[in-house]
Amino acid sequence: MREQGRHYRAALALVPVLAATTVAGADAGDDGRYGLGHAAAPAHIAAQDIAIAPNGAELPPGGGDARTGAAVYAARCAACHGSSGREGPDPVLVGGQGTLASDAPLQTIGSYWPYATTVFDYVRRAMPFTAPGSLTPDEVYAVTAFLLHANGIIEADTVLDRETLPAVVMPNRDGFVPDPRPDLP
Amino acid sequence: MGSINRRHFFRRAQHFVTGLAGGMLGGTLPSAADTTLVQGAPASGYGARSRFETIKRWITPSRYPTATASWTPLAELEGVVTPSALHYERHHGGVPDIDPQAHRLLVHGRVARPLEFTLDELRRFPLVQRVCFLECSGNGYREWSGPGGADVQQTHGLTSCSEWAGARLADVLHECGIEPDARWVLAEGADGAAMTRAIPLDKCLDDVILAYAQNGEALRPEQGYPLRLLVPGFEGSISVKWLRRLKLGTQAWRTREETSKYTDLLPDGSAREFSFVMEAKSVITRPSPGGAPLTSGFHEIRGLAWSGRGRVTRVEVTTDGGRSWQDARLHGPVLPICHTRFTLPWRWDGAATRIASRCHDETGYVQPTREVLRAVRGDHSFYHYNGIQCWQVDGDGRVRNA
Ligand code: HEC
Repeated sequence: MREQGRHYRAALALVPVLAATTVAGADAGDDGRYGLGHAAAPAHIAAQDIAIAPNGAELPPGGGDARTGAAVYAARCAACHGSSGREGPDPVLVGGQGTLASDAPLQTIGSYWPYATTVFDYVRRAMPFTAPGSLTPDEVYAVTAFLLHANGIIEADTVLDRETLPAVVMPNRDGFVPDPRPDLP
Repeated sequence: MGSINRRHFFRRAQHFVTGLAGGMLGGTLPSAADTTLVQGAPASGYGARSRFETIKRWITPSRYPTATASWTPLAELEGVVTPSALHYERHHGGVPDIDPQAHRLLVHGRVARPLEFTLDELRRFPLVQRVCFLECSGNGYREWSGPGGADVQQTHGLTSCSEWAGARLADVLHECGIEPDARWVLAEGADGAAMTRAIPLDKCLDDVILAYAQNGEALRPEQGYPLRLLVPGFEGSISVKWLRRLKLGTQAWRTREETSKYTDLLPDGSAREFSFVMEAKSVITRPSPGGAPLTSGFHEIRGLAWSGRGRVTRVEVTTDGGRSWQDARLHGPVLPICHTRFTLPWRWDGAATRIASRCHDETGYVQPTREVLRAVRGDHSFYHYNGIQCWQVDGDGRVRNA
């Protein structure tokens, strides 16, 4: 395909008049590009760059601990997830450690999620369900700290920020295996 | 089945029918209303279905109508293409209302040139189109523990098939200059959940489509208008709708939708991650539960088969509870990663029985039973159920999930 593009460019130099009619069949240009799109402004990228990978590189400045998080949780989350995160009616967020291999596995942040960064990422983008994206970074750090503390993973006074959050080791960090399918006899 | 066989079958069926003649489908029909005596409705700008056609998606009851699923009424559909208005839905934060003129796709991360594209620019990339099924990995989740859904809409309705058109994702990524260390592409939607999944770069460079059209027209809002990913053969949630951003990275992001959800918990407490492919599956859509009870005599068994790994090569059907299996006819063209329609003529003798289908794909994979699936994956799997679906036909002609 690229090869064709080069031939096309060569032909174009010789017969410029035909350009308008031939261009529809042309593939990408010499450099493999079509010359489409606009350079993305750094500020525009920064505003959208909210996905947090396990290394935490995209985490924003700010921080919070479980104590401040308790207030955020009570005000913004408890009505749906229960006063302690165990009651529902919406997904249970606390408990379940040690149950994954049992007859009644309970998959929660504490028992199942392999990375703490995922909690920050998801809460910031999708919660509270009826007002997604409405928490400040400090509030997201704090409520993440509250949920990790409630799951017995960090201390009450641990401040989560862009340094400490990626360093949290979740209980089920090594619980995931690659997909081996087809897996049937 | 060859045409000779079929003729033979029809001769036998006819013979049988003649024997019953008097009891057949009851006497003469009342005459239809005469619509030739008046002018009909005028031409219209955008068509609607007949007022007599009422099939619709079935919506999973939920506290949150914006975070639920709607299921395609497969029993009432023919062919392989799902009407856009009946394509299944699964949303996590509702259907956003997006002005296509204002919509942008940002591509950044491990690229030489971070770029933003308008819809008009994406339409200028070379066209790619294909007919392709999309299936939610939760399709059939209730069947893991035994017969669950009341009918085929509730057991299998989270698969649909459309003709998709758009730009090749590979072309758009190359436009930005892929850095050599890039391995994953994060896709983010502009919905109220800012839905995110990551896709291996190899897959993105292979066959992924930046789709802006479905069945010939712009995507429906609930299918991602004005732009979505279409990741052939992979579980539906990775085909991110309302696509606003792609970020190339060196590692997986481990978003909520690829850790907490869409992973497969095994009996030993470990869980499979990145289990993307939807494996071969089939289901008899007619006869199936619901509707009028069967009468004895001729019925064409109809169904759908599909595989995320390629073409369906064979569908077998049993009408005697699994004692014997016959090859069904596949109606072409049989396309890779596409719903495939199969049929088998059947004469029901009025005795209770069980019917089921099982499909094979071009990799040699054969659709398993529920028992085999559970023996390997245990009792707590939720996603990726593709067991053989059995329907019980009772002596009174009623059909139910068994
Ligand atoms: C109006 C009810 C409501 C409120 C308020 C709410 N949530 Fe949620 N939450 C939900 C629903 C519903 C889901 C499941 C969404 C889905 O699966 O798409 C959910 C899912 C989650 C999950 C993912 C659970 C899992 O196991 O995957 C987390 C974490 C979470 N919420 C945290 C929070 C936090 C923190 C707050 C407060 C800042 C909050 N939620 C406020 C309804 C709510």
